[in-house]
Amino acid sequence: MATTSGISVSARPKYESVIGLEVHVQLLTATKIFCSCSTHFGDPPNTNVCPVCLGLPGALPVLNRKAVEFAVLAAMSLNCRINETSIFARKNYFYPDLPKGYQVSQYDKPLSEHGFIEIKTAGGAKKIGITRLHLEEDAGKSLHEGFADSSETTGIDLNRSGMPLIEIVSEPDIASPEEAYEYLTRLKEIILYTGVSDCNMEEGSLRCDANISVRPRGQKELGTKTEVKNVNSFRFIREALEYEIERHIGIIDSGGKITQETRLYNSSEGKTYGMRSKEQAHDYRYFPEPDLLPLVVDAKWQKEIRDALPELPEARRKRIVAAYGITEQDAQVLTLTKALADQFEAAAKAARSPKRVANLVQSELMGRLKAKGLDIEQSPISMNGVAASADLVESGAISGKMLKDLYDLAFERGKDFAVIYEEEGRPEQSRDTSALEKIIDEIIAANPKQVDQYRAGKRTVVGFFVGQVMKASKGQANPQLVNELLARKLG
Amino acid sequence: MNLDLLTVDAARSAVQERKTSATALAESFYAKIESDDPKIGAFLTLSKERAMAKAAQMDALAAKGENLPPLGGVPVGIKDVMVTKGVRTTAGSKILGNYVPPYDCTAVAWLEAAGAVVLGKLNCDEFAMGSSNENSAWKLVHNPRDLTRVPGGSSGGSAAAVASDMAVAALGSDTGGSIRQPASFCGVIGMVPTYGRVSRYGLIAFASSLDHIGPLTKTVKDAAIVLRTIAGRDPMDSTSADVPVPDYVAELEKPVRGLRIGVAKEYLGEGLDKEVRSAIEAAIQKLAKQGCEIVDVSLPHTRYAIPTYYIVATAEASSNLARFDGVRYGYRAKDARTLSEMYRRSRDQGFGAEVKRRIMLGTYALSAGYYDAYYLKAQRVRTLLTRDFEEAFNKVDAIAAPVSPTAAFKLGEKVDDPLAMYLADIYTVTADLAGIPGISVPCGETKNKLPIGLQILGRHFDESTILRVAQASEKAVTSGKGECP
Repeated sequence: MATTSGISVSARPKYESVIGLEVHVQLLTATKIFCSCSTHFGDPPNTNVCPVCLGLPGALPVLNRKAVEFAVLAAMSLNCRINETSIFARKNYFYPDLPKGYQVSQYDKPLSEHGFIEIKTAGGAKKIGITRLHLEEDAGKSLHEGFADSSETTGIDLNRSGMPLIEIVSEPDIASPEEAYEYLTRLKEIILYTGVSDCNMEEGSLRCDANISVRPRGQKELGTKTEVKNVNSFRFIREALEYEIERHIGIIDSGGKITQETRLYNSSEGKTYGMRSKEQAHDYRYFPEPDLLPLVVDAKWQKEIRDALPELPEARRKRIVAAYGITEQDAQVLTLTKALADQFEAAAKAARSPKRVANLVQSELMGRLKAKGLDIEQSPISMNGVAASADLVESGAISGKMLKDLYDLAFERGKDFAVIYEEEGRPEQSRDTSALEKIIDEIIAANPKQVDQYRAGKRTVVGFFVGQVMKASKGQANPQLVNELLARKLG
Repeated sequence: MNLDLLTVDAARSAVQERKTSATALAESFYAKIESDDPKIGAFLTLSKERAMAKAAQMDALAAKGENLPPLGGVPVGIKDVMVTKGVRTTAGSKILGNYVPPYDCTAVAWLEAAGAVVLGKLNCDEFAMGSSNENSAWKLVHNPRDLTRVPGGSSGGSAAAVASDMAVAALGSDTGGSIRQPASFCGVIGMVPTYGRVSRYGLIAFASSLDHIGPLTKTVKDAAIVLRTIAGRDPMDSTSADVPVPDYVAELEKPVRGLRIGVAKEYLGEGLDKEVRSAIEAAIQKLAKQGCEIVDVSLPHTRYAIPTYYIVATAEASSNLARFDGVRYGYRAKDARTLSEMYRRSRDQGFGAEVKRRIMLGTYALSAGYYDAYYLKAQRVRTLLTRDFEEAFNKVDAIAAPVSPTAAFKLGEKVDDPLAMYLADIYTVTADLAGIPGISVPCGETKNKLPIGLQILGRHFDESTILRVAQASEKAVTSGKGECP
């Protein structure tokens, strides 16, 4: 990653950074927030539109009840307090892809406030405050490229206009780019668990803007902030923030002043650039949206929504550790997504050793998925497959080596474990004691020194023999059987 | 067929009983429009194809001997701020000069579903901003009672069309008096219903929290019939109320005897023309003769109504009119080199002076640092004005008042003095700010034979009472006897 200068490296300990994040999450409703147009992604431009989301003269918004429920669910999952009455407001600005000339959002009375997310930092657990979570509509999209006349004209696609969004604004509690990354990871994980969004950054269903300022350590007042916009991955946000901190320190340390501005991150250069100042002199002239009534989410409705709140990742991890006797790290991996956790739990419950299922997922499955660039949902081996394989190892029917080979075949052929196991003729590790006895006899004969040690009472040397036998049998031998035979022949 | 004073029921019955056909009736109206409208200027666009199709449909029903719906075959006009599918809708503005909407305004759709034949779109002040119809981008409307005078505004075309028998009834919109004042100036009935009573879906917004659609008709009964048709909850308008709609026509049969009618001194004070005052006082006396009890009431915050109105209305307008930017539809300035140049030129060339003035006022009122002092304060005063009415309606069933301080003024008389024009809205803006219903009914004439309207204001969702009172006044005037109906 590029840095601005060398000066700041030595100056860095004198300063601390303060970061706040604004995250927009698109809700997975079937229809838009104020009309009945489809929210389907990727349809031809301007096909999912109607008078309302086109902002035609005379059209009026009608709030989508599902969008409210999803927003409340998200707010509850982030420990926010729900405001029984919230008010929609118009945010006025001109832009070609904003068809009404204002965005319907919420301003001084948002849907919910005062939440938090707990993150892990080097110094232990830390709560990052959430100032507010509110509902709003998305704007359309300006298409600057991809058409024959793109050099002279800009196209407007209003399919996205009126998509339901929640905006989640954090407190300036985030102290480092690393914490920002951790906050976003936890936030995404929680939202995914609630099922209200797919949080797909490529499709724009999760977007993040970051506010960053730097001040001398110990100073109370915040430094002048800059806002970094349009960053399309968590990794880039971390990089952009690291770049900005270096840049701020470089300027402040050499006696300069930070200009409050919006900056865009160029990920290929690893640098941020200021937008032209003309584009940021905004007075949004917020006022209550007269076309919508105040939104009332009363206690009864809140309870209905709360009852639908699923178990959240942190709680689930704790429960999984206790229930399946697995490590925190294992639980972390297995609860990465709700789907994975659900599948794991179903499989583990069915398996003889839940712990072995967890180990196999981590040691054998995840690595192979990563190598192939697959999501857990795309895995050729299902959780049931993992459970079945775990049982086969557990019973001694197959060895660890055999399992690895079967997993490789499953990934090669794109088939589930059970299918491969059948295709390979239900292989079993050797139980033929005569062949194994022959190998053991040879190894005992070839290693008289170790035999003497064993017989002199140094029982740990048995490990050496087991290793030799497994090596000679190319991993096919049943370890339990090897141990039995060795004990008999050495003893 | 003689179109003079043709009412909704008379027109419908004629078609039902096959004394004429809806087609012939529509043709007669179009002939009258062709001969008379050049000197009036009420129509902006004729929707002949659509009208003749609806007329044919009504004729087919009548031929089969089936009962026609309440407005079966009745020719009506629509103020050009209500969108009509496939029929050019300009809102009186150059910026929508060639705009053809792809959908129908709910009120228009419901009117047509009740059999109405929509003749065309009626002239109005640009985006309903004005009190004389002189802000139309297209042409002036002349008051049928005196062609040198204004018809009032902003629904000037609607009032003039009904007054000159070029339509049996019309829809108008009222944001600060835009139905009642032109009705008063042209000598017809004009009614603003309770806010939320009639869907605003498809009404091109001027000020969303103040905009109302309502009828302009020749008789109070016709107003009741039209209101009954367009009132009710519309799922497309979140602010439309889920309050049962009574049969306003049946309600008209109830007597007015015993009703308490309030008279507010704030509405009869300085600035009120003498002739108007004596006509209003005489009309109130006639109501008393019919057994109404006349009670003094006070509406103390009335003097703040005009500034309050012009802050709230312009603030909302500045936002509502932002969508007219030349990007997707409507007028776009040619040869702009940058985006902001396109915005500025399209809006500068597309909007008229009054609209620009109000956008500027409203933008200012909402700006950072001014919001609390203007918009927020205006909303608080609005609450006080509403409370004035609530307290008054604890004592009375309706309030009688003038509609406008004067009768129709001369064309051109006030065009250079927007403030004087604003101040003349004093008796009408209060009902819009409070969201209560009001009706203007002719109650007399000046010595120059100019109509004077009596305004009756009522409680939220109590259109029935003010229709009854208006009808009592109407009968007293037409019969001249002042007898109880």
